[in-house]
Amino acid sequence: MIAFLARRALGILPVLVCVSLFSFGFVRMLPGDPARLLAGPDATLQEVRAVRISLGLNKPLWQQYLTYIRQTLVGKLGTSARTGQPVAKVIGERFMPTFWLTVAAMAWSTVIGVALGVLAGVRRGQWQDQTSMVLAVSGISFPAFWLGLLLIDLFSVRLHWLPTGGEEGWRSFILPSFTLGVAVAAVMARFTRSAFVEVAGEDYVRTARMKGVLERRVIWKHTFRNALIPVITMAGLQFGFLLGGSIVIETVFAWPGLGRLLVDSVNYRDYPVIQAEILLFSLEFVLINLLVDVLYAVVNPEIRLQ
Amino acid sequence: MISTSPPPDGCQADGSNAGSSAAETLLDVSGLSVSFPAGRQRATVVRNVDLQVRPGETVAVVGESGSGKSVTALAITRLLDYAGGRIDAGTLAFRLRDGASLDLARAPQERMRQLRGPEIAMVFQEPMTSLNPVLRIGNQIAEAVMLHQGLGAAAAREEARRMLERVRIPEAGRQLDRYPFQLSGGMRQRVMIAMALSCRPRLLIADEPTTALDVTVQAQVLRLMRALQQEMGMSLLFITHDMGVVAEIADRVVVMRDGLVVEQGDVGAIFARPQQDYTRRLLAAVPVLGSLAGENLPRPFPENGKEPPPQDTVDAAHKPVLEVDRLVTRFEVRRGLLGRSVGRIHAVEHVSFMVRPGETLGLVGESGCGKSTTGRSIIRLEQPEAGSIRLDGEDVTELTADSEKLLRRAVQYVFQDPFASLDPRLTIGFSVAEPIRTHDLLRGRAVEERVGALLEQVGLGGGYSRRYPHELSGGQRQRVCIARALASEPRLIIADEAVAALDVSIRSQVVNLLMDLQRRLGVAYLFISHDMAVVERIAHRVAVMYLGQIVEIGPRGAVLGDPQHAYTRRLLAAVPIPDPARRGHERALDDSEVPSPMRRHDDPPEVAPLVRVGPDHYVARHRIGGLF
Repeated sequence: MIAFLARRALGILPVLVCVSLFSFGFVRMLPGDPARLLAGPDATLQEVRAVRISLGLNKPLWQQYLTYIRQTLVGKLGTSARTGQPVAKVIGERFMPTFWLTVAAMAWSTVIGVALGVLAGVRRGQWQDQTSMVLAVSGISFPAFWLGLLLIDLFSVRLHWLPTGGEEGWRSFILPSFTLGVAVAAVMARFTRSAFVEVAGEDYVRTARMKGVLERRVIWKHTFRNALIPVITMAGLQFGFLLGGSIVIETVFAWPGLGRLLVDSVNYRDYPVIQAEILLFSLEFVLINLLVDVLYAVVNPEIRLQ
Repeated sequence: MISTSPPPDGCQADGSNAGSSAAETLLDVSGLSVSFPAGRQRATVVRNVDLQVRPGETVAVVGESGSGKSVTALAITRLLDYAGGRIDAGTLAFRLRDGASLDLARAPQERMRQLRGPEIAMVFQEPMTSLNPVLRIGNQIAEAVMLHQGLGAAAAREEARRMLERVRIPEAGRQLDRYPFQLSGGMRQRVMIAMALSCRPRLLIADEPTTALDVTVQAQVLRLMRALQQEMGMSLLFITHDMGVVAEIADRVVVMRDGLVVEQGDVGAIFARPQQDYTRRLLAAVPVLGSLAGENLPRPFPENGKEPPPQDTVDAAHKPVLEVDRLVTRFEVRRGLLGRSVGRIHAVEHVSFMVRPGETLGLVGESGCGKSTTGRSIIRLEQPEAGSIRLDGEDVTELTADSEKLLRRAVQYVFQDPFASLDPRLTIGFSVAEPIRTHDLLRGRAVEERVGALLEQVGLGGGYSRRYPHELSGGQRQRVCIARALASEPRLIIADEAVAALDVSIRSQVVNLLMDLQRRLGVAYLFISHDMAVVERIAHRVAVMYLGQIVEIGPRGAVLGDPQHAYTRRLLAAVPIPDPARRGHERALDDSEVPSPMRRHDDPPEVAPLVRVGPDHYVARHRIGGLF
């Protein structure tokens, strides 16, 4: 298991190099002077010159790359052109709200989605299956912004139970995490159902029944665990997407997260922040993939032992 | 329908008398009909089946695919309910331990669950997929024991260990903590049997339990099942398509076709005096190893009761069409942190042979012996490491533009699985025309005419060219694959287990087709197969492979009739003989497994030239590995 983990961790090194190259190349591939772009639209000539010197933009590319890596590793990601604050601080402030919102949304939607999926799989073709799948399709099709607005109208404006937006205390999490999780729960339910149905047709499930195993145990011990692998993959992907911050949800609920930061940065051409967000999103996916691999190994001994 | 009726059954008459256990029927299937949903209607796949199983008796249900034999088993266990099927009529009277009779067809699922394990157990065909991949095998056996015998975890584990010992698994204690993927197919099937027998069932249903196994492993498993049946005194309902296996194991035989019982009776009577035409045809189509003993030339399977003449097609005057010299193909096995190579699989190790024009060389051996890799190395689906390959005397070892063109045209391949080797979205005609277009042999209308002629040649009308693969049966698809192989006018066709997936009656037809094409076109075959009886029919010469090396090669009559290598003898001894009269001889078979062809870098296999023992007959006299 340790060798497996070490091998997987080593395996992400080349990916990290690619990610850093992409993030590094982002500003340099745009037309125009990178120093000008990074300094921001309102920068003075001196400021542009200062950026040029600090990034070594007059030196060969490989030296610039090494400078970029060195500075990134110590967290020096430049200065936001919009606010003048260090990029690391800007991103750091926005990351945690998005992170906790994502965790809340993933937690409920995974539990509910998987449970609905198993129910639909076990009662395939019956009313439980049809109801679950109608719910799932609705969840995917329902536009999140509209759902969010409806919920605000009901629970905040009419009933005054929950805040309309902002991030203050646990009650402010309820509406955005619910809205964010609906589509995820729907996707998870569909995925779990199809994985479950597929595994339920496997020979070893028939073997378990032939042993006279209780149906409950056939479902959870023999079917569910084997059906988990595609579900884990899907959960990892969803987690990665949500961690990028949902522009729609954060706008509707005035949530101070990465999604809105990205929109603001793009509108203002705040390239240092955009560059850092690219790096962050890529790193998140790499780490989540590593986590998914570890979960595979926990579930499947064949991956762990070979 | 039933012509050779079983002895009169005492059970129905005096069912109340539980004392006469020998005559008491354990399972009485009567008028069973089963249907499955098919679109908006239901398709009846088992009709009005009657069969009885008495205590301690082995009843074999035989039939080809679609005969309804497996569905009958599913109905008895009521696993049918989970597969979407439904019992429409009939009773399944099962005599419980206390003498009471229960109709399994009407028992509620919860009652059936209690019976599965302690009363009725089942072993399935596919040992590779029938065990749960994420659970340790010890736990999988102990699960049933804890459930039905009420033992605690420790006691159940001990019982699981005892069961593994009982099915002759070496180092049983250590195996308990292993996962299924760490065991070979034969070992997994033993685990399945251990699991099935762990609750001492009174009826064991075995659905093609040895079909997926190698012939020596099959012999071991059959012997084991027979021994355990006697030890535990249970009844066995054995479902198979293989008449050889039936002759080995059955007391009584039920022949099924298209969901109906065609004939049933005592095993000796069925083989000696089959009453129904279908049974006779089924038996005639079974290849019997030794039926060409004393002859040197191949001879097609009898058709319409007539024995065709022997086939003398070898052209010894010309250069061999294929010469393989000291071919080596190895696969690195990488493990650990940096994927370091920890060893090599010696799939093909210094293999040399040649095939003459119009000749068939049978390449036989068990799974993992390297016979398929040899074929794949010749057409470069695998990259050989050393050795040379010559076609018509021309060296094609190094693939240049010219030699690749020659190789691709002169050598064609027919694969085992006729369902997977045709593109489902292309018409038959397109698939067959592809080699003609690729090699630019013909153009325009001429292509279509040639495709029609090719389909005609393999016994399909030209009308098939517009059809799609899903419209065809397995045998028809394999004919299409053969037509496609012939399209580039090859000198050699490599047939890799090309008839293994076909039903026995279709198999003999396809073998006869291959031989007919050889007679007419002079094509040579490298016939890769695990089935010695088929090889006896088709091959002029035979090469036996073991652990990547050829251990014996020579004229078919000499190799099969007077085998000189111990492994060849072991392989031949394991082939079941479809004649119950010859069952008595308990053959000396050990429970050892064929070792893995993987070796460490510092432990290369021994290689040496083969030694001549007769005309054109060569044998390995050096140590290969394992027992030999």
